[in-house]
Amino acid sequence: MADLHTVNKSPFDKNSLEQAIRFSTAGSAILLIEDGVYGATKGTVAEDMVKGAMGDKKVFALKSDLMARAIKEDRVIDGVEIVDYAGFVDLVEANDKVQAWL
Amino acid sequence: MSDIKKFMYLNRRAPYGTIYAWESLEVVLIGAAFDQEVSLMFTDDGVYQLIKGSDTSESDMKNFMPTYRTLGDYGCRHMYVDKASLEARGLTQDDLIEVAWEDFETEEEVDNIVEVVDAEQVATLLAESEVVFSF
Repeated sequence: MADLHTVNKSPFDKNSLEQAIRFSTAGSAILLIEDGVYGATKGTVAEDMVKGAMGDKKVFALKSDLMARAIKEDRVIDGVEIVDYAGFVDLVEANDKVQAWL
Repeated sequence: MSDIKKFMYLNRRAPYGTIYAWESLEVVLIGAAFDQEVSLMFTDDGVYQLIKGSDTSESDMKNFMPTYRTLGDYGCRHMYVDKASLEARGLTQDDLIEVAWEDFETEEEVDNIVEVVDAEQVATLLAESEVVFSF
C-alpha cells in the first residue's frame, strides 16, 4: 500500500509540489487541492515536473478548486485525474495514510 | 492644493488560497473612494486574479471575480499584468477579463484597461508611483 500526498500550494509560490514528488514513493497518489491545482495546468513551467511524476505515481486534482480558479478540463494536463469530494474520500480510504505538503 | 497621489496596488498572490487578493480588492475600493489616482499591478500568482470563468458553486466560497470588472467604475484607471508571469503559467491576455473605464465628466471611454506589460515597464510604473501597497 502507499500514501496519499496532498499539495495545497501553488507550484510557482512554494516548492510543496516539488517536494511531494521528490519525497513520495512509487505507487503513491498525489492530490492537488486549493492553490495546488495550478500545478495541474498545461503549458506552465511546472508541467514537465508533473508529467515526470506521472511515470510511477498517480496525480489527481480536486474539481471544485479547479472550477473556482477557472481552470477548464481542457487546460488540465493529460493523465491528471479530476476528482470530486467523494473521490477525495475514496483516495483517503484507498491509501495507508495522508501526508500533507503545506 | 491637490492631495491626489498616485497609488499602486501590487498583487502577487492567487485569488482563493489566501485572503490577500480579497483584502487588496477591499483596500482598492476604499482608496478609490478618496479620489486618488489608482492603478493595479498583477505579477507572479497575482495574474490568476484576472482569469476569466471562475465558478465557486461547488466551493462554498464567494466568487469575488465580478468585482474586478467594476474597478473601472470606481476610478481605477490602469490594470497592468506582467507578461513573464503570464507566460510562465501558460496564459495569454485572451485568458484575462476585460475591464471598461469611463470618465463621467469628459465621457472619455476605454474599452479595456487591462494591459500586459514587460518587466522594464513594471519597474518604471512601480518607481513612478508615490505609494505602493503590497499584497
